[in-house]
Amino acid sequence: MAVPALAQRRTAVEASSSASARAWRENLTGWAFAAPFVILFGVFMVLPIVSSFVLSFTSFGLRDLASPLGTTFVGLSNYIDLLSDRKFWSSLFNTFYFVVIGVPLTLALGLFIANALNRGVNKFKTVFRVGYYLPVITSIVAIAVVWRFLLNPDVGLINMLLGSVGISGPAWLADPVLAMPSIIAMAVWRNLGFAMVVFLAGMQAIPASLYEAASIDGAGRWQSFRFVTIPMLRPTILFMTVITTIGYLQLFEEPFVMTGGGPLDKTLSVTMYMYQQGFAFFHQGYASAVAYVLFLIVAVIAFLQFKFLRSDT
Amino acid sequence: MTAASAPAPAAPPRKAPTESRTGTATWSYIILIIGLVFMVGPFVWMLLGSIKPESDFLQASPTFLPSNPTISTYGRLFDQLDFPRFFFNSAVIAVTVTVGNLIFCPMLGYALAKLHWRGKNLVMALVLATLMVPAGITLIPNFILLSNLGLVNTYPGLILPFLAGAFGVFLMRQFMLGVPNELLEAARIDGANEFRLFFSVVMPVATPVLATLGILTFLGSWNSFIYPLVVATEPAMYTLPVALATFATGQYQADHGMLMAGSVILVLPVLIVFILFQRWITEGIATTGLKG
Repeated sequence: MAVPALAQRRTAVEASSSASARAWRENLTGWAFAAPFVILFGVFMVLPIVSSFVLSFTSFGLRDLASPLGTTFVGLSNYIDLLSDRKFWSSLFNTFYFVVIGVPLTLALGLFIANALNRGVNKFKTVFRVGYYLPVITSIVAIAVVWRFLLNPDVGLINMLLGSVGISGPAWLADPVLAMPSIIAMAVWRNLGFAMVVFLAGMQAIPASLYEAASIDGAGRWQSFRFVTIPMLRPTILFMTVITTIGYLQLFEEPFVMTGGGPLDKTLSVTMYMYQQGFAFFHQGYASAVAYVLFLIVAVIAFLQFKFLRSDT
Repeated sequence: MTAASAPAPAAPPRKAPTESRTGTATWSYIILIIGLVFMVGPFVWMLLGSIKPESDFLQASPTFLPSNPTISTYGRLFDQLDFPRFFFNSAVIAVTVTVGNLIFCPMLGYALAKLHWRGKNLVMALVLATLMVPAGITLIPNFILLSNLGLVNTYPGLILPFLAGAFGVFLMRQFMLGVPNELLEAARIDGANEFRLFFSVVMPVATPVLATLGILTFLGSWNSFIYPLVVATEPAMYTLPVALATFATGQYQADHGMLMAGSVILVLPVLIVFILFQRWITEGIATTGLKG
C-alpha cells in the first residue's frame, strides 16, 4: 500500500517538476528571443513616454541637463501656463485647420484616383502606381524645399505659369491667408498616393459579382461607386481616416522648412511649437507639457473616430 | 442561386457594361494622365532647377528650362559643403537601423506568435499601444538621456533609439502566425535548438516579409528628420535631410540651384530603391495598411 502510493507520489512529483522545468525553459527561450527588442524598446520608447509625462510637471531647463534628477517639480503650472499661452492656442488652431481641410481632401483624391485606376485601366498600371506613390516615399524635407521654390513669387513655376496667362500670382508662403492652404496643397499632393494604394487594395477585394448585380439593376457608374464601392470600403476608409489624422496632427517638417512657422505664426504647428520651446528656448518641461497635450488629442481623436465612424454605417 | 442568376441575363446586358467600360477607361486614362503630370511635375522642376546656372535665377522673367545647363551646382555641394559626409552619415544610419530591425523584429514577432512565455501578453500590448504614439513624445526624454550618456552627435545616439520599431514587430507577428507548426515540429524532432530553428527554418520562409520590412525601414530612416535634427547638432554628424533643411533655412536659402541639387541627392537613392522594389513596397503597404 505504502509502496505504490510513494511511487505514485514520486512520479507525480517528477512529472510536475519536469513540467515546471519545461515551462521554465520555455519562458527562458521566449525571453531570449524577446530580450534584445524589449531592452531597446524599454529604454528608448517606454521609459521616455513615462518620463515625458513626469517632465511635464517640472521646470526642466538647460541647466538641469547635466543632472536631470535634480530638477524642480512645479505641479500643474506648465499646463496652467499653456491655457493662457496665445502662441500655443494659435499652434493648436493651425494644426486643426491643417487636419480638418487636409485629411478629407487627401482621402477624397486618393479614393478618386484609386477608383479611376480600378475601373478598366490595364495599361501603364505600374507607371501610374509608381508616379502617384513617388512623393510618399520621398523625404518631406526635399519636397518642402522643392515646393518652396515652386511657390517662390519671383522665380517659381506656379507664378510663372500664372504670369503667362496674365495673372500676377501672390507671394504664397509669405501671405498670412495663403500660407496654410499652400502647405495643405503640398501635403495632399504628397500623401494621396498612400491613400490610393490602400484604397486600391480594398477595391480589388470587392467581389466583381456585386458590380455585375448593380449594373443588372441599372446602376450607372456613379451609383455603383456610391452604393457598392463606398459601403464595401467603409472599414478601409475608417482606418485611413484615423491613420491620416494621426499623421497630420504631427505636422512639422513642412512649416519648418517652408515658412519657419510664419508669417505671423499662421503656420506654426503644435509639434513645431514643442520643438521651439524644447530646443530653441530649452524649456524642456514646458515643451513636454505641449507634447503631452498633443498625445492626448491624438488618443481622444483616434478613439472617437473608431467609436463613431464604425457605428455610422 | 448562381445557376439561376448566371445564364438568364447573359446576352443583352453584358454588352452594355463592356461599352460603358471602354468609355469609363478612356475617362480614367484622361484623369490619371492629368494627375500624373501634377505628381511628376515637381520632380521634373527639381531636376531642371538643379542644372540651372545662377544667372537663370536673376532674370526678370524666369524660365522653365535651363538656359545653359550646368552641373556646377553639384560641384558646389561637394566643394563648399560636405555633402559626401552627410550622404555617408545617412547611409550608415539607415543601413544599421535596417539590419537591426531585420533581426530584432522577427525575433520578437516569432516569440509572440509561436512561443509560450510569461509576460508575452504584456509585451505585445505595450508594443501595439505605442504604434499610435506621436514621435514628439519621446523626443525630449531621449535627448536628455542621450546627452547624459554622451551620445549626442554620435552614430550610436542616432541609431540605438530606432533599432526596435513597433511596426516591424506588428508586421512580423502577423506573418509568423501563418507559419505552419508542423514545419517547426519537424525541425525540433530533427534536434534543432530554438535558435537554429529560427535562423535556418523560420527566417528563410519569411524572406518576402523581411524584404518589405527592410525596404520600409530603410526609407523611414533615410527620410527621418526631427530626431536627427535634435541629436545631430554638429555639421559633421548631419544627415542629408538635416543638412538640406539647415542650409535651406539658413545662409543658402536663396541659392535655388544648389538646394535643388541637394534635393536630387536626397531623393535619388530612394527613387532607385523604389523603382527596383516598388512591388514589395506597395503590396506590403496594401496588406498591412501601414507605412514605416
